[in-house]
Amino acid sequence: MIRKIYLLIILLILPLKVFALVEVDITRGNLNPLPVAVSPLAIDKNSKENFKKILKKKNLGLEISKIVENNLKQSGLFNPLDKKAFLQEPDIANLKPRFEDWNLIKAQALVTGRVTFVDEKLRVEFRLWDVLAGREMMALAFTTVPSNWRRVGHIITDKVYERLTGEKGYFDTRIIYISEKGPKTNRIKKLAIMDQDGFNNKFLTLGNELVLTPRFSPTNQMVTYLSYFRNLPRVYLLDIETGMQEVVGDFPGMTFAPRFSPDGKKIIMSFAKDGNSDIYTMDLENRIVERISNHPSIDTSPSYSPDGKYITFNSDRSGYQQIYIMNSKGKNVKRISFGNGLYGTPVWSPRGDLIAFTKLHKGKFYIGVMRTDGTGERLLTENFYQEAPSWSPNGRVLIFYRESKTNSKGEGFSAKLWSIDLTGYNERMVETETDASDPSWSSLLSN
Amino acid sequence: MNLSKILKNGFLILIASLVLTACATKKTTTGQLQGDVYTGTDSVEYLASGVPDRVFFATNETVLTTASRETLRKQAAWLRKNSDINVVLEGHADERGTREYNLALGERRANSAKDYLMTYGISSDRISVLSYGKERPVDSGSNPLSWSKNRRSVTVKAN
Repeated sequence: MIRKIYLLIILLILPLKVFALVEVDITRGNLNPLPVAVSPLAIDKNSKENFKKILKKKNLGLEISKIVENNLKQSGLFNPLDKKAFLQEPDIANLKPRFEDWNLIKAQALVTGRVTFVDEKLRVEFRLWDVLAGREMMALAFTTVPSNWRRVGHIITDKVYERLTGEKGYFDTRIIYISEKGPKTNRIKKLAIMDQDGFNNKFLTLGNELVLTPRFSPTNQMVTYLSYFRNLPRVYLLDIETGMQEVVGDFPGMTFAPRFSPDGKKIIMSFAKDGNSDIYTMDLENRIVERISNHPSIDTSPSYSPDGKYITFNSDRSGYQQIYIMNSKGKNVKRISFGNGLYGTPVWSPRGDLIAFTKLHKGKFYIGVMRTDGTGERLLTENFYQEAPSWSPNGRVLIFYRESKTNSKGEGFSAKLWSIDLTGYNERMVETETDASDPSWSSLLSN
Repeated sequence: MNLSKILKNGFLILIASLVLTACATKKTTTGQLQGDVYTGTDSVEYLASGVPDRVFFATNETVLTTASRETLRKQAAWLRKNSDINVVLEGHADERGTREYNLALGERRANSAKDYLMTYGISSDRISVLSYGKERPVDSGSNPLSWSKNRRSVTVKAN
């Protein structure tokens, strides 16, 4: 399903020679989000009727602009202005904005567009304007199937974000996670997938067996996760499109903590036997299993560097949980975490320069980042319980889960997804239909 | 002058008593905890009369306490008497650790119990091991006593 991205980019970004005035710095916490006006996309009467019939949306142009607005707002870098203050009609604004009007409501950037129904398809064009300079910064059009309408909003956001920040966006993406229900002592857990903004939620398992720690393949078609099917905890592989599932390898004991290699050809995981957990890989093509770590301590939570040359993992070989790095063959093992406390769940950033982790210190849990040599440790957020960070594809945001403390009667347990920017700002709860944990962020679906 | 002396002395006494109470809470067996290992019987079930089904562990530990070894010797005797019974040792961790590490920890705890049963003559063929990590707490509380009940290896009849 993800693979069938029915998406044709017809016009590419028009080359612009002007140096734009508007830009957003995302390397610092942004305390002054950029005021931006997202005009409803213009829509003609005929297209409106057609989309209404197919998608049950009264005004698709308005709906798509709301998706863009919400995405921009959630990023924390932009402040979408109230549409009520807009003075210009969408169709006229898209042709030639009256910059004085947009300036008046303090918009610095303006997004306009048009959506039409052509040959059973959805065609969208949009423009990004620099209000102060009075110039067009970007224009883009593409065609897709109408059912992809939410993705249209995400793609527009990605393009706007990229043009204004200079970095790729993360909006046309999905989150795979574990949906949770029921009492703390007997949680029902299901594999679930949703768009990055919480829409299009779908369950991928029924909840008959315990499932944990799903992770996307680099191309987002496959998911590897832990399932307790028949009470045998093993790493599984699931094809999201076909629903086909299979056990990874033939291990005489529990396999867990799976992740894909960056080329998608291998799965790296822990295998536990006789009280000892070590790290193994299995090649998905030839099924060859390789032992990577060999130590009487617990070695788990492996994660590859984006170039596939190194592996960061969690081990208690020093006596307590710490973070280590080794090469992809398991050699040159080096400990990198040396701060006070316990360290777990290291995850290599898609940019390659940082490792995100969970830290337990004096009864509090932290999500933090450090450089790959262990220097520059920075704790982003502190809580009663939180763990398992996963990077946005542009390496600017982390999603993780948080569990609440129960009261004296053991009531009030909840598990929720949260996200935070690498800057330590913009911490937010990610809305999910049910309680949720173990999030994994996909890469960009269209690229 | 006098007043400040009195205050000073009073302050010293206050500090001394704080230090003493701090020591006291750390060292003594308070109710159902020894160190931070659970010694109570709240969640314990019995495989047979006088044969408790579970042993408890200290935080991040897989070492068996004296009480745990005694429990396991009872289990071993019961297993020797009932040679047709096989068991699953279910290893668990408390909620104060990362999910993946806890899966490994639960496996190690169950194996630590398994090894002990084996030294008392129980064949490894009769024992399988299953780690639940922190997925199946018996006590849903978020406090040291609840956590201590959840750090456990439970012997369950497999047939």
